[in-house]
Amino acid sequence: MSPAFIVIAIVTLFAAAAAMSLRNLVHCALSLVVALAGLAALYLALDAQFVGFVQILVYVGAVAILIVFAVLLTRSDTTPNQTVLSPGWGIGIAISAVVFATLGWATLNSPGLPKEMLQAPETTVKNIGDLLMTRYVLPLEVIGLLLTAALIGAVIIAMKEGPQKANSEEQQLKAEKPSSPPLQGGAR
Amino acid sequence: MTPLQGCLLVSSLLFAIGLAGAVTRRNAILALVGIELMLNAANLNFIAFWRYGAHPEALSGMMIVIFSIAIAAAEAAVGLALIIAIYRHYRTTNLDQMKDLKG
Repeated sequence: MSPAFIVIAIVTLFAAAAAMSLRNLVHCALSLVVALAGLAALYLALDAQFVGFVQILVYVGAVAILIVFAVLLTRSDTTPNQTVLSPGWGIGIAISAVVFATLGWATLNSPGLPKEMLQAPETTVKNIGDLLMTRYVLPLEVIGLLLTAALIGAVIIAMKEGPQKANSEEQQLKAEKPSSPPLQGGAR
Repeated sequence: MTPLQGCLLVSSLLFAIGLAGAVTRRNAILALVGIELMLNAANLNFIAFWRYGAHPEALSGMMIVIFSIAIAAAEAAVGLALIIAIYRHYRTTNLDQMKDLKG
């Protein structure tokens, strides 16, 4: 393992731990950005350039901004003295430690894992585009449909109040219309 | 320890950190961040196995990671929209205070 890989991995893991343990939500979001950028660097170290840049574009660019916006939109002025962790956090930590121990044991003890890197394959954008348009064209279409549905759904869920308020606004408009002055007069 | 095992250990530690955060944090946004970290750990596994595997020229691991990133982005958008809608209802993002299914 190259020293660069080890350094990037340590930075990524520390940033991820900070994102999960800091008190201030904005600090958590910023450490998450560092962790995701570190993951992109790991992808670059593993010769997956396209995925690394997609990671930066999608996660560091979009998802991090989305999380910061959610933090800002849901900022509550309730007691800051509340504990950050939910009750029974010891069990959660224990479960994740057991999961890590199991995964690590399985990783270190499984025979037949490949030892050395093969020659780096040619991963140009042209190759990836060719594959996306030939062998993976059906998943690509499904992903497009899923993204459209998810984004429309997200907008509808987060829309203010829902249909009742829109109806009441329409009714208000209808009620106001007779009494209001003609439009051109109002515009002046 | 071979390089592949190093990658797998990093990704399993990342998964454990994400799992611990998703289970223990009170804030709904941070639970979602933990889920994102777990998804990213899985992506790192895919890339590592693709790079050290027998046929890297088939690009299959890379394709799965690209699709998985797209799905994770959709999941983050819908999850944060849900959190904002719930916050508008309960005025809190504390998971322990969201007790009712029907508000």
